[in-house]
Amino acid sequence: MSAVLEFRNLTLGYDRHPAVHHLNGKVDAGALLAVVGPNGAGKSTLFKGILGLIPPLSGGIDLAGLRQRDIAYLPQAADIDRSFPISLYDLVAMGLWRNAGLFGSISRADRTRIETALEAVGLTGFEQRAIGTLSPGQMQRVLFARLLLQDARMIVLDEPFNAVDAKTVSDLVALVQRWHGEKRTVIAALHDLDLVRNTFPDALLLAREPVAWGATQTVLTAENLLKARRMCEAFDEHADACRVDAA
Amino acid sequence: MFYDALIGPFAEFEFMRRALAGVVALAFGAGPVGVLLMLRRMSLMGDAMAHAILPGAALGFMVAGFNLFAMTLGGFIAGIVVAVLAGLVARTTQLREDASLAAFFIVSLALGVTLVSVRGTNVDLMHFLFGNVLALDNATLMLVAAITTISLLVFAVIWRPLVMECVDPAFLRTVSRAGGPVHMAFLALVVLNLVAGFQALGTLLSVGLMMLPAVAMRFWARDIAGMVGGAIAIAVASGLAGLLLSFHANLPAGPAIILVAGAFCLGSILLGRVGGYASRLIPRTHLEG
Repeated sequence: MSAVLEFRNLTLGYDRHPAVHHLNGKVDAGALLAVVGPNGAGKSTLFKGILGLIPPLSGGIDLAGLRQRDIAYLPQAADIDRSFPISLYDLVAMGLWRNAGLFGSISRADRTRIETALEAVGLTGFEQRAIGTLSPGQMQRVLFARLLLQDARMIVLDEPFNAVDAKTVSDLVALVQRWHGEKRTVIAALHDLDLVRNTFPDALLLAREPVAWGATQTVLTAENLLKARRMCEAFDEHADACRVDAA
Repeated sequence: MFYDALIGPFAEFEFMRRALAGVVALAFGAGPVGVLLMLRRMSLMGDAMAHAILPGAALGFMVAGFNLFAMTLGGFIAGIVVAVLAGLVARTTQLREDASLAAFFIVSLALGVTLVSVRGTNVDLMHFLFGNVLALDNATLMLVAAITTISLLVFAVIWRPLVMECVDPAFLRTVSRAGGPVHMAFLALVVLNLVAGFQALGTLLSVGLMMLPAVAMRFWARDIAGMVGGAIAIAVASGLAGLLLSFHANLPAGPAIILVAGAFCLGSILLGRVGGYASRLIPRTHLEG
């Protein structure tokens, strides 16, 4: 299978402090990859790097043939202005930006797609509700509907199931599996290890440096998880310049 | 009686007709700008920018006297410069944008008042601060109408990304690079409309026709289209009622217009359907589902 994403000795970070340190590896097209690791392990940083929202401190990310706009991204805490007077329908319709752009009209076919997406996330009948009236779980369903409309070849989800009840998680996981069935590449940061074991064939265990990457059952061992936790607790405010590149 | 009160003043006096035409033109630009400023939590920013155009307009006045073109161009450039500088300082230092804008605009106001006073009289200064809506000449009316037309056209182009940038800026960043240019275009529209308002209402009052109708509509409309439409209607009504009030009660026209807009605003806070005080005080039984 061809790689759709390749990290080449990638280091990402803030103020020269690496948050993701010397990451190498490939993500195959159509992969369903979970990124696991303690808080502060660099999961969100890695995703921002993939999206091109922060530049690498060193090394690089190779998006083999994918353009930035082929990637749909659900950030961890979507900074949506919930007080803005806009309906759920219009928020979901933003997913059509790539087709509609500045002026493109929302066609009858597009309306059907919006309705189908809302149905897929179980929000039929909520179309005209203002987004300020939604619960966090409903909001997450709305954002998944928007992802559906984006029709992206790669989907990056940053802790998509936080503060969401079990029913919503299982509904949304079904969408993730549907994307996987459609040969889209899905990368998700998750904390629920049982969910990862049951749903995600591949996993990357990250603790600023990659601890393990491969088939999920070989990655999520007790030994690796303990190692990840120890690595993350070590942070040196006055660290010296990294010598790995020079060596 | 009805004719004397409402129509006569406009039928008889040309300056009243000109003032009304000017205020109506202003309303169509200021309405959408004000609603967007409010929804982007930039209401005070509009006020600050209004002050910031003063030194530019004053420089134009020093160079060319009461020349419409020089004062407009100077005011526009000064507004843009202050907006860009405040944004730059906010991004490159630890100062937040509101603080940096506050610092810039108060200096601008002082500088502007100084410049006008050096060259002109107290009457000139009053004109700069409060405008003169009853003395709009043809060129000024054309300028205001042109600015409103440009504003509506630009809004038509940038409306979608502008709304998206308000609701979910992170999402817009991942699907498009339009966010930055759209924000700059919007700032330019704010300054342009303040420059237009400056001719009629002065630097201190022009922001009133922008913000008061928008704030009032927050208590009536649940969607942005309703807010914009309503804000324009309230601005037009304020202009009409304010001019009549000033005519019959012999009050200064600019402040009368803003006072009427303020009355709309206060009435909306008290009586508005969407979250006004009255809607909270009157209990209504909850629905079944």
